[in-house]
Amino acid sequence: MGRIHLEAVRKTYAGNLEVVKGVDLDIADGEFIVLVGPSGCGKSTLLRMIAGLETITSGTITIGERVVNKLDPADRNIAMVFQNYALYPHMSVYENLAYGLRNHGTPKSEIEARVQEAARMLQLEPYLTRKPRALSGGQRQRVAMGRAIVRKPDAFLFDEPLSNLDAKLRVSMRGEIRQLQRRLGTTAVYVTHDQLEAMTLADRLVVLNGGQIEQIGTPLEVYHAPASTFVAGFIGSPAMNLLPAEVSGQDIRVGQTRVASCAPEGIAGAVTLGVRPEDVTLARDASSGVSLKISYIEELGAQRLVHGTVEGQQLTMAISPSEPLSDTVEIAIASDKLHFFGSDSGARLNR
Amino acid sequence: MRKVTIWDHLILILGAVIMMGPLVVAFLTSTHDSVDIYMSGLQFTFGDRFVPTYDKVLAHSGGFTKEVTGLTMLWNSLILGLGFAIGKIVISMMAAYAIVYFRFRFATAVFWLIFSTLLLPLEVRIIPSYEVVQKFGLLNSYAGMIVPLIASATGTFFFRQFYKSVPDELLEAARIDGAGPFKFFIDILVPLSTTMMSALFIIMFVYGWNQYLWPTLMTTDEHYFTIVRGIKQILQVWVGGNQIPAYNEAMALAILAVVPPVLVVILFQRWFIKGLTESDK
Ligand SMILES: Nc1ncnc2c1ncn2[C@@H]1O[C@H](COP(=O)(O)OP(=O)(O)OP(=O)(O)O)[C@@H](O)[C@H]1O
Ligand SMILES: [Mg+2]
Repeated sequence: MGRIHLEAVRKTYAGNLEVVKGVDLDIADGEFIVLVGPSGCGKSTLLRMIAGLETITSGTITIGERVVNKLDPADRNIAMVFQNYALYPHMSVYENLAYGLRNHGTPKSEIEARVQEAARMLQLEPYLTRKPRALSGGQRQRVAMGRAIVRKPDAFLFDEPLSNLDAKLRVSMRGEIRQLQRRLGTTAVYVTHDQLEAMTLADRLVVLNGGQIEQIGTPLEVYHAPASTFVAGFIGSPAMNLLPAEVSGQDIRVGQTRVASCAPEGIAGAVTLGVRPEDVTLARDASSGVSLKISYIEELGAQRLVHGTVEGQQLTMAISPSEPLSDTVEIAIASDKLHFFGSDSGARLNR
Repeated sequence: MRKVTIWDHLILILGAVIMMGPLVVAFLTSTHDSVDIYMSGLQFTFGDRFVPTYDKVLAHSGGFTKEVTGLTMLWNSLILGLGFAIGKIVISMMAAYAIVYFRFRFATAVFWLIFSTLLLPLEVRIIPSYEVVQKFGLLNSYAGMIVPLIASATGTFFFRQFYKSVPDELLEAARIDGAGPFKFFIDILVPLSTTMMSALFIIMFVYGWNQYLWPTLMTTDEHYFTIVRGIKQILQVWVGGNQIPAYNEAMALAILAVVPPVLVVILFQRWFIKGLTESDK
């Protein structure tokens, strides 16, 4: 049904501009996949290739059992939700929902039933006769969702569907999208550059960088074991601290300071040390030997972000706002939560 | 905002008088006897010949062959105006659609090339155009009057700019919804263009209605004479010699010639403004 398989998919634009550089991805039926990465990394391009809006330079894309490389978007049995919704401005909400079905020659009674069902699911019933311009942003978003679900497609494709909404609405729509997708059990591919959206929605995350997959995994896998410094810096907010460090034997040093002595087997020499801000705490006894010179503090309410330097290297820690602070504090780093990356390759070394 | 003063009104009233004055005088004059007009010039009162004059102008056959009535000429003008307006709108929409949505090579260059040639006034290419029409055997036909002038640089340009402002996602959404190029044009672009269409309709209808040189050249058969030509025809009697030109009839024809374009403007302006204020993607 809704299984999507990508094999060595590449996209080269005019002028030898390679935007997607060989992507392999297997998406199970009913899975919610989030493509995440910085701006310009090729997320939209990849999604649009799945949709059929962009030609595939090489490789194959399979949806269900069919290779769809040469198929028209309309024949791929997918539905797409756009960032600007792309509702037909001159059609009522009802007609917007029905248009695709009508083009596919669905019988009238069936169209009526499906549109009503979608409208009920999305609480759009009171607005069916309105034109899109008479709707709020959230309602337009719902109509766009409705247009996708009436088609009963094999897969939903979302291209940053929430980025035009305000923060609060974004959170609630996020929940709605997730619930809807669960209920319908339809495969979904969702593009975003918002890592929080990515973490909360995904069954599996696909982190893209410069047209290549950096890591595929569940949100927790990606969070707890980022495969590279890029992923480490991209997923998680505030971002993971990445410090150049030296490992000799068990000891891990940043500059002259020994920050921990628990280096795993097989890691030695220059590395990039990764530490999540929440894995840094104030030292219980003032003799940990690692002192953080505080540069500034950000209050988040439940948390306090302390930015400072250790041996001249930037370090951020997230601590409870109740703890007393002075200009320089002694800190401790949770030794079992350290991440080691090759200092040149940026690839993960431990676990 | 500044308060509206009596001066503002005075200026507007003055403008209206200057614009409307000649029309009113023409109308008043047309209701008098041609002999009176010949002797005492323009008339500023409502005369007693309104019904007979307009009746004659509309219904009585005149011209050389005595077969053509004012009504026929109005009808011909209407066909010309509508033909121009509708033809130009249809052709420019289709041309703009091709230029914007079909990515053939040098589309932009082709567009500007067409555009610049079409900007040349008719007078420049009137001889070759005449020859083409004549060779197609289209002299003395509606097609001959309308078709050669139907390509519109302005129309194509306006529609091109409009289509370019339509977000790409709309096309993509339509493609996913199973609309091919034709359906997209009919179902999405055409309805979105109504404002543009009514604006162009006003301009093009008036343009077509007022054509003089080209229809004069294309037609020798009086059955195809337009009202604008009819006015001239009446005054030509003067040249013929001992008759007094029917000034009253000429004035009446002129007034009749003005009415349909005014109606079109009033009618479509409503639509046009409604479109402007309502459309908002
Ligand atoms: N039609 C095109 N022709 C040439 N280059 C293109 C074209 N479309 C996109 N690109 C380039 O491909 C790269 C990837 O674009 P893409 O839209 O996939 O990025 P993205 O990951 O979706 O970014 P964002 O988060 O900003 O939407 C960009 O560098 C962009 O400039
Ligand atoms: Mg994008």
